[in-house]
Amino acid sequence: MDIQTTAQIINFLAAMVLLTAFGMLVQRRIYGLIHLFAWQGLFLSVSTAIVGYAAGRHHLYISSVLTLALKVILLPYILNALIHKLKIRKEIETVVNVPLTMLIGIALVIFSYSLTAPVREMSTLVTRSILAIALATVMIGLLMMITRRHAVTQIIGFLAMENGLFFAATSATYGMPLVVELGVAIDVLIAAFIFGIFFFHINTTFDSLDVEQMARLKEGE
Amino acid sequence: MKFLPLLMEIMQLLLLLAAAPLFAGWVKMVKCWSQGRTSPSLLQPYRDIAKLFSKDVVLAENASWIFRFTPYIVFGATLLAGGIIPILSVDLPLSATADVIALVALFAIARFFTALAGMDIGTAFGGMGSSREMTIASLAEPAMLMAVFTMSLASKSTSLSHIAQTISQSDIHMALRPSLAFAFLAFVMIAIAETGRIPVDNPETHLELTMIHEAMILEYSGRHLALIEWAGMMKLFLFMSLGAAAFFPWGIAGAGNMAAIPLALIYLIIKFTFAGVVLVLIETGLAKMRLFRVTEFLGAAFLLATLGMLAHFILE
Repeated sequence: MDIQTTAQIINFLAAMVLLTAFGMLVQRRIYGLIHLFAWQGLFLSVSTAIVGYAAGRHHLYISSVLTLALKVILLPYILNALIHKLKIRKEIETVVNVPLTMLIGIALVIFSYSLTAPVREMSTLVTRSILAIALATVMIGLLMMITRRHAVTQIIGFLAMENGLFFAATSATYGMPLVVELGVAIDVLIAAFIFGIFFFHINTTFDSLDVEQMARLKEGE
Repeated sequence: MKFLPLLMEIMQLLLLLAAAPLFAGWVKMVKCWSQGRTSPSLLQPYRDIAKLFSKDVVLAENASWIFRFTPYIVFGATLLAGGIIPILSVDLPLSATADVIALVALFAIARFFTALAGMDIGTAFGGMGSSREMTIASLAEPAMLMAVFTMSLASKSTSLSHIAQTISQSDIHMALRPSLAFAFLAFVMIAIAETGRIPVDNPETHLELTMIHEAMILEYSGRHLALIEWAGMMKLFLFMSLGAAAFFPWGIAGAGNMAAIPLALIYLIIKFTFAGVVLVLIETGLAKMRLFRVTEFLGAAFLLATLGMLAHFILE
């Protein structure tokens, strides 16, 4: 495999990561959202492995396997189990004006592109052009957290943001040191457990995971 | 003008006229098989058209010239579009005069007159169909142009012949281009909306309230209806060949290469057989959308086309 083909495959996977990010932005069903999140993790994992191969950084293989285990298998499983346990029957969520959200998403991609253009000019890495995609994925994750009302979807937005950050680290510097990556991975895992516990508490207190309900916490009512 | 390209052009138009009902028959056949029904013969669309031509035209009393002219305009514009798209060969004299933007405009003319004719008679369903058709068109056309621009960016030309030539001569790196993958997805969604297939419109519906395209042509009969139906089949055929020319142009004969025409024909048959099956899979796999969801569907197509364009700048 020559370097050009490798770069092409990495770029293609980056495009798929961006596509799944947009898919999550407009997906109404929670189960569909979790599937998309798992797919994004898979693309991320494969692209990390290929970057590791192309750059000869073998610790990226470990990150890739870690991503696969955590974001493709474990986290979607935990989320699925949570939804099952919490008996979220009304799994279709109203999203604030889908076409508008998509347009904002496109604007965010353009913004990330112009923001990372200087880095792209300076860098010599094979992955330099996907930095813009990674930044866009982070921002779309953030947008998703803002536009959704359901606590579980907000968490998925947060995890998608983390995916974007991981992607940015891979593309900008061929990944963070292994210790940092291990730390982040365990952080995310612990976060998922804590979120799970929080979900139970929110659900038992408000009988709903709609975060709008939290406005009822005001005093004197 | 040289003789050979002219011959090619005429051959291609004849092929379009002859093969469009055949393809429509094939789609119907596969659809029947997929639903476990006995299918009508492949030649049934020809018989339908012949039957309609032999019948008298019934005109409403208040029909104006627009109503009578529209079938000919629609048929002519669709046929002219067939002269631009490289179906068999890229060596087309008309292709030099009109690029892919003109192609979108040709389809728009046909649609504009169909919508006028729908309102001309003054029936409620005609007006409703026109209004719906224009709503969908106003969303589908920008998306279509965006997808087209992405294709032109990749081949640095808006001429369809040039696009087909560039892509068919490129190597594997071209096939993996994310911008083209996005543009293709967008194109499939737009083609479904433009040709009025499920999930946007149901071509076989008999329920006036769910009709879009059918509602506009409810009042047509005889040879007028035959021309419009034929033009509809040609439009489906043209969108398939547009997709084939822009994204899978392998097999289309090069300039001045008369000997490659039989091979191009075989490739065409293989591609269209396959395309018919894929179309049926999409149609049977999805339910018809609510009309107000169509804006989201076409919004997603626009998003994909725009992402393709951005991917071209970011990743390529």
